Amino acid sequence: MPLVMPDLRPIAPEIVMTCLALFILVADVFIRRKETLALLSVLGVAVTAFAFALPGVLNTTFGGMFISDGYSMFFKIIFALNVILTVLISVKYLDVEKVNFGEYYALILFATLGMMIMASAGDLIVLYLGLELMALSTYVLAGFIRYDMKSNEAALKYFLLGSFASAFLLYGISLAYGLTGTTDLGRIAMTIEQQGLAGKPALTMSMILIAVAFSFKIAAVPFHMWAPDAYEGAPTSITAFMSVGPKAAGFAVIGRVFLMAFPMVRAEWVTIFIPIAILTMAVGNIVALSQTNIKRMLAYSSIAHAGYALLGIITGTPDGLASMMNYMLIYAFMNMGAFAVIIMLRSEGFKGDTISDYEGLSKTHPLAAALMLVFMFSLTGIPPTAGFMGKFYIFMAAINAGYTWLVIIAVIFSAISAYFYLRIVMYMYMKDPKETVTLTTSPSMGLALAITTVAVLAIGMFPAKVVYLARVAFP
Amino acid sequence: MVPLNWYLMLSAAVFSIGVFGFLTRRNIIIMFMSVELMLNAVNISLVAFSHYLQDLRGQVLVFFIVTVAAAEAAIGLAIIIALFRNKATAHVDDMNEMKG
Repeated sequence: MPLVMPDLRPIAPEIVMTCLALFILVADVFIRRKETLALLSVLGVAVTAFAFALPGVLNTTFGGMFISDGYSMFFKIIFALNVILTVLISVKYLDVEKVNFGEYYALILFATLGMMIMASAGDLIVLYLGLELMALSTYVLAGFIRYDMKSNEAALKYFLLGSFASAFLLYGISLAYGLTGTTDLGRIAMTIEQQGLAGKPALTMSMILIAVAFSFKIAAVPFHMWAPDAYEGAPTSITAFMSVGPKAAGFAVIGRVFLMAFPMVRAEWVTIFIPIAILTMAVGNIVALSQTNIKRMLAYSSIAHAGYALLGIITGTPDGLASMMNYMLIYAFMNMGAFAVIIMLRSEGFKGDTISDYEGLSKTHPLAAALMLVFMFSLTGIPPTAGFMGKFYIFMAAINAGYTWLVIIAVIFSAISAYFYLRIVMYMYMKDPKETVTLTTSPSMGLALAITTVAVLAIGMFPAKVVYLARVAFP
Repeated sequence: MVPLNWYLMLSAAVFSIGVFGFLTRRNIIIMFMSVELMLNAVNISLVAFSHYLQDLRGQVLVFFIVTVAAAEAAIGLAIIIALFRNKATAHVDDMNEMKG
């Protein structure tokens, strides 16, 4: 059998990203000022983003194992934005936490590479490898503050439950492989159709196991136990990174696997995901009400947002998926922005992560309070912010697909969420400052806040462009 | 020739032992070993499927799983050691800095 060189153009962004991550890892030895590494990472990711637009990049390669299409490209844009914003908000923060090591940047680049591979996976083997590359890098990042017990604990819990979930994923993959004789997503669907495997218990079992594993990754209830602890204990910049990147990657593979490999048995996986979505929205929003730590509160909020985005998957229509992608992009901006403000409050000897630290922030630091107000409004879903548009399109897609009752439930929980988001706004604007909070600012932080604020407001007022991008991105 | 079902039953049994061990044991190292047991249960079933289907994909996946499991072990033990330096315990019930 002659060995044919596969077409490498579709994986050009991944190749660039791999080289960049390896380069940063080596450069760390020679460069003393770690800020330089941050700058190099941001520039390198920008180069990767250029590779998204190379000719011939939208193609399938490695015998269908790697699919680079509009769908994966949209997610790769989210991942690139995620990593750039994370690097921008972490530069000064790492100094404050006294963990300014170069491996940090290499690890988040490797995690992003894993996400990119996940979004493009056309085969369960590639999907597994991408998922593990992302997960292993993120476990280390969660425990990056080595001397801090909380960070260790976050890493440990994330690691134990994450590896537990991947074992479930593998068992599901092995059942699907045994049943269909292939791991290629397209061919799995073909075999299910040709051999009439729909409804077989082994296939249902395999689907349940895969759904459970992905629910762990997107922190959907009842598989969310790791999320609040991991989010609270991890370094705040990594909490921001984890709550956007791996979640979006999880949604990318859910959309890919369930709509590409299991479209014949849609009725069955919809019955798995509907209760998960309802529980996720319920637990996320209700438990968030009683939180006193803002990182933990945003962890529950992130769980709740996964519930809304699941509605887009449940519809199964191109419109639903496009609205889910759209929501992930919007969520990336508003969540990153909120975490950027939280990181600003952290200074030497002051944690700044309890909700009462925000009392009277509008009097001492009006600009920071105003920015937090925008992000909290957006997370609640109040126009004219992007969060409203994200929810609007998801709910509209779900209503068009005939899930009106599900949308009603989602809207009720969304209204409950206003209580805990707006409580922060109330603390900032209607209470008197107790102690003087010093902000830790830096130019890169300012840039990150500017990007997120402008994006949240611009998408909120002119959503057509993003919606169009997400809609045409879908095959 | 050993029928495929026997391998699958063995795999399911080992996987269940792993799940049970993970959920009931409270020592981090043993929980971690249970996860490894689950991964190896998957390997048994993949190799069995691969043999009966006369298809190499399953065995390729097994190689990847073994490799990733090794990387996972390295990272897991590193996390456990980092934790042990701060708090000399290997018991998950002592990991209770965060609640709620």
